[in-house]
Amino acid sequence: MGFFLETLFGGLMAGMLYSLIALGFVLIYKASGVFNFAQGAMVLFAALAMARFAEWFPKWFGFDNHWLAIALAFAGAMLVMIVVAYLIERLVLGKLVNQEGITLLMATLGISYFMDGFGQTLFGSDIYKIDIGMPKDPIFLFESLFQGGVLINKEDLYAALIAAALVVALSIFFQKTATGRALRAVADDHQAAQSIGIPLKHIWVVVWSVAGFAALVAGMIWGSKLGVQFSLSQVALKALPVVILGGLTSVPGAILGGLIIGVGEKLSEVYIGPMMGGGIEIWFAYVLALMVLLVRPQGLFGEKIIDRV
Amino acid sequence: MLYRENGQFKTSYTADQQIFPVLQDRVLILALVAFAFLAVPFLANEYFFRAVLVPFLILSLAALGLNILVGYCGQISLGTGAFMAIGAYGAYNFFVRIPGMPLIAALLLGGVSATVVGVLFGIPSLRIKGLYLAVATLAAQFFTDWSFLRIKWFTNDSSSGSVSVAGLNVMGLPIETPVQKYLFCLTFLCVFALLAKNLVRGNIGREWMAIRDMDVAAAVIGIRPVYAKLTAFAVSSFIVGVAGGLWGFVHLGSWEPAAFSVDRSFQLLFMVIIGGLGSIAGSFFGAAFIVLLPILLDALPSAMGVPIDTALASHLTYMIFGALIVFFLIVEPHGIARLWATGREKLRLWPFPH
Repeated sequence: MGFFLETLFGGLMAGMLYSLIALGFVLIYKASGVFNFAQGAMVLFAALAMARFAEWFPKWFGFDNHWLAIALAFAGAMLVMIVVAYLIERLVLGKLVNQEGITLLMATLGISYFMDGFGQTLFGSDIYKIDIGMPKDPIFLFESLFQGGVLINKEDLYAALIAAALVVALSIFFQKTATGRALRAVADDHQAAQSIGIPLKHIWVVVWSVAGFAALVAGMIWGSKLGVQFSLSQVALKALPVVILGGLTSVPGAILGGLIIGVGEKLSEVYIGPMMGGGIEIWFAYVLALMVLLVRPQGLFGEKIIDRV
Repeated sequence: MLYRENGQFKTSYTADQQIFPVLQDRVLILALVAFAFLAVPFLANEYFFRAVLVPFLILSLAALGLNILVGYCGQISLGTGAFMAIGAYGAYNFFVRIPGMPLIAALLLGGVSATVVGVLFGIPSLRIKGLYLAVATLAAQFFTDWSFLRIKWFTNDSSSGSVSVAGLNVMGLPIETPVQKYLFCLTFLCVFALLAKNLVRGNIGREWMAIRDMDVAAAVIGIRPVYAKLTAFAVSSFIVGVAGGLWGFVHLGSWEPAAFSVDRSFQLLFMVIIGGLGSIAGSFFGAAFIVLLPILLDALPSAMGVPIDTALASHLTYMIFGALIVFFLIVEPHGIARLWATGREKLRLWPFPH
């Protein structure tokens, strides 16, 4: 029982991070109908920017305070992501309005190739560290209930808490602020939103910046756990089943989907994996999503797809 | 001036239904095929065969297969690499386990194994559509990657899924030198291109296109979506599987699952989209573009005499590749095939446009 709960919590915490990346996908899809394959490249780019800024800023400006450097690096990386969002809107998406979904998807794949190459040219391609002071020691929960309790990595717990906080903050931003309302209006109906005076181009930059922010936080957390390196951009491939499981158009779907995939992955790896030779994590998520889609083709919380002739 | 169809009257149904109704096109294509079979073997050097021509031919074949599914039937697939892998490993198993198995039969049986799996993974397409389907096909990709790494039976108990074949021959003729490999692949490509062209302009091709344009409307006018979608998956994965067999047997010789990773799937999808969706010729254009581009980009710095280190060069290649793809999608979202068609229209009127 203790072991089961440990796996379950591990899955929930990993799932929180998947949600964070999935959220980036969903935000952009809702606002502009683009299935953004570059989300993984954005995670890598943002994490690289932050890791390197944290090294460079103290040298450039001559101060020696770790926390100040981290804070400035975070702000700097966020600024970089806003510039990236602006450039993507200006140079790519603005010119591909009204194209088919698959053309847009391929364009974002092109962007992701570009960003992978550009990020590593600009910031270097070694493994970098982001030290945001995550405690590494494990803690025990429920020691009174089971013998030995449930072992949880404090680092994972903090990461999950940060991710959860971000999700809450984004929900408030979407529900309560004027910009958030405009974003939701655009997501519902482009033309109607435009006709009441919401500037589409401006909104797209905002959405890509918000997705960049989600990418930055995800990159920061993964980067501090595993180091900032090229494999970080593959994280997006793990978040894809989350997106379709939850539904492409649903923010709560991205969050719940992340948790389901996180838990499913860990439980399957522990309980089914040994029977099949291990390493089933990566395809299990996809097959799980596929099974759900067979029952509900629009994902768990996606808008119902209605075909009209 | 030369490219005019004035005076070419069709007096029979056969003449009207030719693949290339214009005389000049027929001459051009025949000349091209003759050039590829007769002249190229004497003109190109070994490096060119190995690095450019053979990969180009095999990937054209794979792109052709994918184009049937994506371009003609409208079902986006990100699992092409998986079907190539199934074709390659299927052919390998038939080739190694059955003594005296002819090479061509093994390759075709590899294609049949890919067909079976392709139809299996095509079944969800009856319910799942569009981008959801695209992501769902990644399930095929990752599942196949995993099974060739972990299930030892598929790879004849070799470690880490790496296998190799040797002593290829067709009816006593060896397939060893680059020229022989080139001619072997070229023959396959020509046969399959002809088959594919005839399929897509026949009854079944029209059903696929109706499904692509709008599946509900197609169902209303009496096209069975189940049949049309699954045949598209079957034909597409058969061709892709054969291409995978060729890639493993002829091009690589020894390979491991990583040769057919998700990057390969993306690469093929790029070819189909840049070449032109729903166009047989587009598959060739796209394959040429994607095969040649990285080679040119690699050769560029040394040719211009700018020494840069390999890591930086590979990053720059990534950047330029990505930027060019985006640029190309913006300039011509319908692919090179559309450019070609526009050029032909212009040529018909040249030098006296209206």
